[in-house]
Amino acid sequence: MRIRIKFRKSGVMKFIGHLDIMRYFQKCMRRGGIDIAYSEGFSPHQIMSFAAPLGVGVTSDGEYLDIEVHTTKSSEESIQNLNEVMVEGIEITSYRRLGDSDKKAMSAVAAADYEIRIKEGYEPPKVDYQDVLERFFIKSKEVLISKKTKKSEKIMDLKKLIYDFQIFMEHGQPVFYLKVCTGSTDNLKPELALSAFYEFMGQTFDPFSIQIHRIDVYGEVEGGLVSLGEMGEIIE
Amino acid sequence: MRKLALDDEILLTVEKPARYIGNEVNAVRKDAGLADIRFCMCFPDVYEIGMSHLGIQILYDMFNKREDVYCERVYSPWPDLHKILKERQIPLFALESQEPVKEFDFLGITIQYEMCYTNILQILDLSRIPLLAKERTKGDPFVIGGGPCVYNPEPLADFFDLFYIGEGETSYDALFDLYKEWKPSGEERSAFLRQAARIPGIYVPSLYQVTYHEDGTIANFAPMEEGIPAKIEKQVVMNLTDSVYPKKPIVPFIKATQDRVVLEIQRGCIRGCRFCQAGMIYRPTREKEVEILKEYAYTMLKNTGHEEISLSSLSSSDYSGLKELVTYLIETFKGKGVNISLPSLRIDAFSLDVMGKVQDIKKSSLTFAPEAGSQRLRDVINKGLTEEVILEGAGEAFEGGWQKVKLYFMLGLPTETVEDQKAIAELANQIAVRYYEIPKEKRNGKCQITISTSFFVPKPFTPFQWANMYPKEHYIDSAKVVNEAVKEQLNRKSIRYNWHEADVTVLEGVLARGDRRLGRVIRCAYEKGCLFDSWSDFFDNEKWMEAFAQTGVDPDFYTLRERSLDEIFPWDFIDAGVTKEFLKREYANALAEKVTKNCRLQCNGCGAGKYQGGVCIENQN
Repeated sequence: MRIRIKFRKSGVMKFIGHLDIMRYFQKCMRRGGIDIAYSEGFSPHQIMSFAAPLGVGVTSDGEYLDIEVHTTKSSEESIQNLNEVMVEGIEITSYRRLGDSDKKAMSAVAAADYEIRIKEGYEPPKVDYQDVLERFFIKSKEVLISKKTKKSEKIMDLKKLIYDFQIFMEHGQPVFYLKVCTGSTDNLKPELALSAFYEFMGQTFDPFSIQIHRIDVYGEVEGGLVSLGEMGEIIE
Repeated sequence: MRKLALDDEILLTVEKPARYIGNEVNAVRKDAGLADIRFCMCFPDVYEIGMSHLGIQILYDMFNKREDVYCERVYSPWPDLHKILKERQIPLFALESQEPVKEFDFLGITIQYEMCYTNILQILDLSRIPLLAKERTKGDPFVIGGGPCVYNPEPLADFFDLFYIGEGETSYDALFDLYKEWKPSGEERSAFLRQAARIPGIYVPSLYQVTYHEDGTIANFAPMEEGIPAKIEKQVVMNLTDSVYPKKPIVPFIKATQDRVVLEIQRGCIRGCRFCQAGMIYRPTREKEVEILKEYAYTMLKNTGHEEISLSSLSSSDYSGLKELVTYLIETFKGKGVNISLPSLRIDAFSLDVMGKVQDIKKSSLTFAPEAGSQRLRDVINKGLTEEVILEGAGEAFEGGWQKVKLYFMLGLPTETVEDQKAIAELANQIAVRYYEIPKEKRNGKCQITISTSFFVPKPFTPFQWANMYPKEHYIDSAKVVNEAVKEQLNRKSIRYNWHEADVTVLEGVLARGDRRLGRVIRCAYEKGCLFDSWSDFFDNEKWMEAFAQTGVDPDFYTLRERSLDEIFPWDFIDAGVTKEFLKREYANALAEKVTKNCRLQCNGCGAGKYQGGVCIENQN
């Protein structure tokens, strides 16, 4: 049976990259006594896949991995068993059985939303953020940026890739909220959108000045976006 | 949330930030304020290498079991961070608390190979602890060294307050108890050191004086005060089975060199190879009981979640419970996604059967370490492996489906001739011949034989401690001889040859058998920028040669001389168990090409019998 696990990544764990997080979870399954299934062959590996890898330096409340198990305890017990073997900065928040029709986490991903704050010790540009946002994004028909890849330069329209863009003020500091297209075909990194925003303001964008925090990852269900964590059901 | 010593900008700039954040599974967290003694344990190389070291895991576990001690870790910052720490004047910090190393009571450094000596100075420098022990004052930690290189600690004598000679399990409690008495007393550092020097295994270099003959050899080496021992006894754990062992070793986030559970099955080696320092200083050979190892295997896999377990010892095939242990491991864990890795096994029917079960034959290779190409030279070094045994083992393996063989040899061994060097290529060819004896339809294409040679460096407390080394050119020439000889072999297309650099060998030789006068060379080299000398990308021989020239120390004195039998060696003040008489006897046997039997077959009176344990008493009662 297939299980979807949701976890938080915070604190110093943001410095651990995706590949190492995968290795970390493989060991957690053994320590936590999860009856995970292994692939066939001479060197069997755990059947496990992650949704939308998170970049180094980014924190998150909504990370997902799917595993295949032979047997399982209840969601509550499994969450407890796993949390007992976690390090500070990784917390399991959900453990659900997926239905046959639920897509794999990896292929289900359609969007993700982020909160981006200015880090302590950095000064944000002093501008009227609402006004800039309206001119840059809300009232524009298209927002073209060029994205350099290894091979070529690609023109992208942010208007199509950003599903929601808001800015709140908190203690006089801007907090950016971005919901962006995520996945293997079209993928927008939030820092790219933000850097375009800074450029539009006529400011230089310092990637070290911001802390990106992922709120959740969504899949597309019947034309709407549904959190990956709401798919499947709780095991009693 | 933990506060890190480095800010985000630094951690997102340097390579592999996981090296510096701690927080690993099973890392110990204590309230530093409640500990009487804060000990920072250091492996002076990059994190991934240091984290793979078993000794630190044992001591880390043992120290932290004491409520009054909080033991943390530090590793060498990679050059990218080194630069940043220097520029921004950030003091080096321990991983657990992220607090400066300078604030600790002890900085313990394990010294595993000579080429890490400049890295030790880097640790002191970045920690802002004075490099010279004599310049340290009350606020500085005591810097203590341990590990195999302290069997000749003299080149590092200037930089350490104390050395711990031998196995760490025995004397640290006494040292900590003494420290707890001294700390509130308000007395000078020297008062503590003077007392510590009386604890078995503890060597305080500042309390000893060395004088030299005109020819540069040692005239006298003695304590300067009464009550300070003239001989330091190496420490040995006699009951290894019941000794401490880390059941919850730390699991790094990034892949360490040793990314698996390591089960130490025995210490010491019965073989008595004359070039091997480990085989001499870890005498007597002591086994752990099989039952406790089974228990450890289960508990450690459970506590770490590792997917692999490996046995650790100098020669696993000599462990008497090997069959039982390996069978247990395979039966218990093989079906559960746990790999079993079996290094240092002699190739025979049993090991081939076991390896066939635990690894993919097509991908894996067999390893032989004949160490010398000719039987004559193998007799000189007392490597019991014969050509017949090698060919038989390889033959059986080939019949069983293997086709890759790795061969390890040393060049520059005492008495070595061009014939011995050529014999390396000839032996490789013989193995290939054996492979092609298998009918074509039964074999799987070509075989792959890889020869690797390193250059021999004589080490203290071995029968070759008197032997001379050679100039760099000689090493390069001997590798050329092997390379040419490989090209002349019938099966040359199945044979590959790799050899090591020669510069680093010469330097290793200087440091291995050096004396106190080398301290200023090491310091000068560090100040010139030498760091990570064991990494060929970083090793800068020219700077080292400048350091020798500038300090007026002649490296050839340490390498090119054959030492006389009555010379006083810098390490003679250590009682390592094996006696100088035994080593002399073995040196003479080597030159006479006479083989000495292994400890199980016959006691050779090496001196380790005085510990009354292990293999020395195996068949008694």
